[in-house]
Amino acid sequence: MKVLAVKKVSILYKVGDFRNIGLKEYVMRKLTHNYKVIDFWAVRNVSFTLEEGDFLGIIGTNGAGKSTLLKAISGVMEPTRGVIKHRGRIAALLELGAGFDGSLTVRENAYLRGAILGYSRQFMDKNIDSIIEFAGLQGYEDRMFRHLSSGMKARLAFSISSLVKPDILILDEVLAVGDATYRKKCEAKMKEIMEQGAVTILVSHSLPMVRKLSNKVLWLHKGRMVGFTDDVQGICDLYRAFTDGDRDALERAHELYGESLTQRR
Amino acid sequence: MVKSIKKYRFLFEELVKRDFKKKYKRTVLGMGWSLLSPLLSLLIMRIVFTTFFGRNTPHYTIYLFSGLLIFSFYNGATKSGMSAMMENVGIISKVKVPKELFVVAKNVQDLISFLITMVVYFLLAILDKIEFHWNFFTLILPVISLVMLNIGVGMILAALNIFFRDIRYLYDIFIRLLRYVSAIFYTIDRFPPLGQRLFMLNPIYVHIRYFRMVVLEGMVPSLGYHGYMFLWSVSMLLLGCLIFKKSSPKFLYYL
Repeated sequence: MKVLAVKKVSILYKVGDFRNIGLKEYVMRKLTHNYKVIDFWAVRNVSFTLEEGDFLGIIGTNGAGKSTLLKAISGVMEPTRGVIKHRGRIAALLELGAGFDGSLTVRENAYLRGAILGYSRQFMDKNIDSIIEFAGLQGYEDRMFRHLSSGMKARLAFSISSLVKPDILILDEVLAVGDATYRKKCEAKMKEIMEQGAVTILVSHSLPMVRKLSNKVLWLHKGRMVGFTDDVQGICDLYRAFTDGDRDALERAHELYGESLTQRR
Repeated sequence: MVKSIKKYRFLFEELVKRDFKKKYKRTVLGMGWSLLSPLLSLLIMRIVFTTFFGRNTPHYTIYLFSGLLIFSFYNGATKSGMSAMMENVGIISKVKVPKELFVVAKNVQDLISFLITMVVYFLLAILDKIEFHWNFFTLILPVISLVMLNIGVGMILAALNIFFRDIRYLYDIFIRLLRYVSAIFYTIDRFPPLGQRLFMLNPIYVHIRYFRMVVLEGMVPSLGYHGYMFLWSVSMLLLGCLIFKKSSPKFLYYL
């Protein structure tokens, strides 16, 4: 069954001098005609569908539009063109510090995070113990959050996002932290989530991780889709070759995987 | 706005709790600070200005406190509303939540501090031998009106602050000006009738005047006065919501 359908999505993004400027600077720049805003397509005509239990790895070099695409999927941003349809609840694993507050306790932060992700108080009351336990933070519940190590913080973040049983779990470059034991635990957890029928989307520069976990891969390059395929190893090999300097790998990947999955359906 | 607060009630409560804890956990005095701070400025102003203005004004302390109470509520609430977006960048840019929630949560926080200070205000009024009167209950109306005004202005500022990071400093200058034209420590009798009317163009003064009328003069303002006061606050609230709603899809480009 389809859980997520992304159809011909394009996203227009604005960059330019308008960021981080003050009113004074804005007026000065306008007066001196030195005010430039560039519109560009961060994501261009991307389509794919994911079904229950799919684990999508999104790969691509910096500026490929991965994070922008995720923003559109999680609903933070409206796609300029195209439609995104999804079923169920989306949980995005936030960046480490986001939505956590240093001066609150671990438990308070867990509740806040749960609330941000859209869960109810009753749900959190029921699950708080298992969240803390999975994060391995028993005995730390009433510690101030800022006294935790960064690995502990990351563990808490992952624990909240994954234990709340989302239908779509979005992981944006977050699993790089934590020690080896915890990473193993995370991988096991993600396998479990997949088996429950949830869809997971992972953006990562760690190719081994994508190879190990994904069953589908989307390669983006400068906002365009290079390929979308379930031949994980094949596309990862080509991506590897591309990042090692083989420019033709991009073309080859596009020929091989550019249309394959979309046409078959 | 009301709809999204209902739907996201849990998040809203957690946000209010967080802001509350954050504000009071860090200070040694805790909650006492929100009492002490206005009291100290009251004390200072009382000492400084009594010689100039206080001699002919009956109950000058309460006269002064009425102005300070209202003004610091407006000042605090609009400023924290302004910073609400920037403080929650990490959440706003990653999760789909109604953004106005953050502004309103901050305002709840300031309302609580305001209400605590208001208790002290009444205690001082009793000490100053002002007799309690049932009229005092009408003060709930300017408080409601102020909350709407604060949220409205806070939303406008929150949106502006995303587009222009120096709005904070410009608003500080505006606040300084506003403080002087709100007749906090002086009376407006010395101005000609036209000048006195001009004061009514300042919504903060309208609210301060309401408090003074009830507490110091023992009367309830006319129906027209109420209408005028709510005209300000309701239209600022609507304007705030409108500006916020129109500009919020653009926020992401600026964060």
